[in-house]
Amino acid sequence: MSLAHPGYNFAYLDEQTKRMIRRAILKAVAVPGYQVPFAGREMPLPYGWGTGGIQVTASIIGADDRLKVIDQGADDTTNAVSIRRFFAKTAGVATTTRTNEATIIQTRHRVPETPLHAGQIMVFQVPIPEPLRWLEPRETRSRRMHAEADYGSMYVKLYEDIARMGRITTAYDYPVMVNGRYLMRPSPIPRFDNPKLDRSPALMLFGAGREKRIYALPPHTPVKSLDFEDHPFTIERWTQRCQRCGAGDSFLDEIVIDDRGTRRFVCSDTDHCDTRLERRSAS
Amino acid sequence: MSEAPLPEIDRLAKRYGERQAVRGVSFALWPGEVLAIVGESGSGKTTLLNMIAGRVAPDAGAVRFRSAAGAVVDLAALPEADLRRLVRREIGFVHQNPRDGLRLSVSAGANIGEPIMAAGARHYGSIRRAAAAWLERVEIDPARLDDLPATFSGGMQQRLQIARALVTEPRLVLMDEPTGGLDVSVQARLLDLLRRLVADLGISVVLVTHDLGVARLLAHRLMVMQQGQVVESGVTDQVLDDPHHPYTQLLVSSVLAA
Ligand SMILES: Nc1ncnc2c1ncn2[C@@H]1O[C@H](COP(=O)(O)OP(=O)(O)OP(=O)(O)O)[C@@H](O)[C@H]1O
Ligand SMILES: [Mg+2]
Ligand SMILES: [Zn+2]
Repeated sequence: MSLAHPGYNFAYLDEQTKRMIRRAILKAVAVPGYQVPFAGREMPLPYGWGTGGIQVTASIIGADDRLKVIDQGADDTTNAVSIRRFFAKTAGVATTTRTNEATIIQTRHRVPETPLHAGQIMVFQVPIPEPLRWLEPRETRSRRMHAEADYGSMYVKLYEDIARMGRITTAYDYPVMVNGRYLMRPSPIPRFDNPKLDRSPALMLFGAGREKRIYALPPHTPVKSLDFEDHPFTIERWTQRCQRCGAGDSFLDEIVIDDRGTRRFVCSDTDHCDTRLERRSAS
Repeated sequence: MSEAPLPEIDRLAKRYGERQAVRGVSFALWPGEVLAIVGESGSGKTTLLNMIAGRVAPDAGAVRFRSAAGAVVDLAALPEADLRRLVRREIGFVHQNPRDGLRLSVSAGANIGEPIMAAGARHYGSIRRAAAAWLERVEIDPARLDDLPATFSGGMQQRLQIARALVTEPRLVLMDEPTGGLDVSVQARLLDLLRRLVADLGISVVLVTHDLGVARLLAHRLMVMQQGQVVESGVTDQVLDDPHHPYTQLLVSSVLAA
């Protein structure tokens, strides 16, 4: 890899902004699940393209890091490719699609299937950071509810799900209690991924660009998905396996494979699927 | 312990700019007692209720409340978080407009269930059973449990709001014109319901109304306010049968004339 592109500061952001964001990250790590405001910078990408995640990654990335970027589980979507290129160009860092080789994984919508290990950092792109927003649109009120751990009303939403559909239907961005203290939105990952947050050995950082909030799960933090005693939290299950690699324990996407509308279930995590296929053909 | 007044209001005062909304109001309420406050528009009734409920900070005075642990606390002096915890547990509020006291975007069951969940209930089945039981108690068909409040009539919405305020069995309930804006026949039914609930639960009630008939029907005691002050108070029937203050006399005579 080449050195950082001349004309940019390393990883695009100026050092002062990075220091400010690092301070926010440190505070977020010290108070797991708490949303720390930060004075974000305009990035050369529109909101919705992961500017919050990009600013976090830019502030923590070093020259020896190896970056992986995923979007809906895939490394090859436009969004993932452009963010990966952005850092290859502005920071000159190595990139990878391999979960276990990456030191930083920036993500939208998924946590990799491959278990994370100590020393790795997950950076989540967060569209809406406030879990109480739907309940209490006023920021002053929701901040006070967090301060007082006043979260009982959050169960109203789960109650309504069960009353209407017979079960909790919230499938993405399923709210969690962090370290028994702060209610947190895990970003729009499927609930399938929620258990991977619980006591993960990796550091998890969440960046919301539009709303300029950072929050974090330091390694080994207890993360519990909200539920009722008589309607315990469960994850999605499929009756079939991945039709590509045969995995029976991964999150599956239903894709149309031809113009006759034939459907196939395959792993959403492309690296996981590829790795399993390679291992199978090697043996 | 049940002999202690609940709450004890001591010289509460609130000013808004140049306007002294409430000027040194004191009274004590006993467990199970219903106190009605009547008075002309702008006399400070809502402001007084809001101070008792910890929603408006008084400029002076105290709202003494005996906590569950038995200690007497002054709501006005409590840290915010403690204040709201105590208020949530001990005080129910019924607004004149049910829209202010209900969550319109969720079902009737969720509206009644929310205070129980806020108090820590985490068993869906029992939350739902409690909500259904309370619907029945306020004379709404439990089959409406999953319906949105918007599909309810005004009187039903008000009864739903009452169920939501009472489900956690607070010791004190504050009601601001709970029958205002309702048809006379709907009012009568609501009053009848309120009278029974208050008697069954033995709760203390401060009821703001401009309707002396409502006060006579529900309240043991009556307090008359004018320009932020209590001008007359006593046992409801006595005050209404033998009013002393000119303003009370005016109120009573205007009802008799009507
Ligand atoms: N938030 C506020 N800001 C400024 N003035 C206020 C505020 N709330 C009340 N006031 C004033 O305080 C006085 C008492 O108002 P309050 O609402 O307590 O009267 P009320 O007895 O409840 O009247 P009503 O019968 O019309 O409901 C009024 O003059 C009102 O204009
Ligand atoms: Mg009023
Ligand atoms: Zn697969």
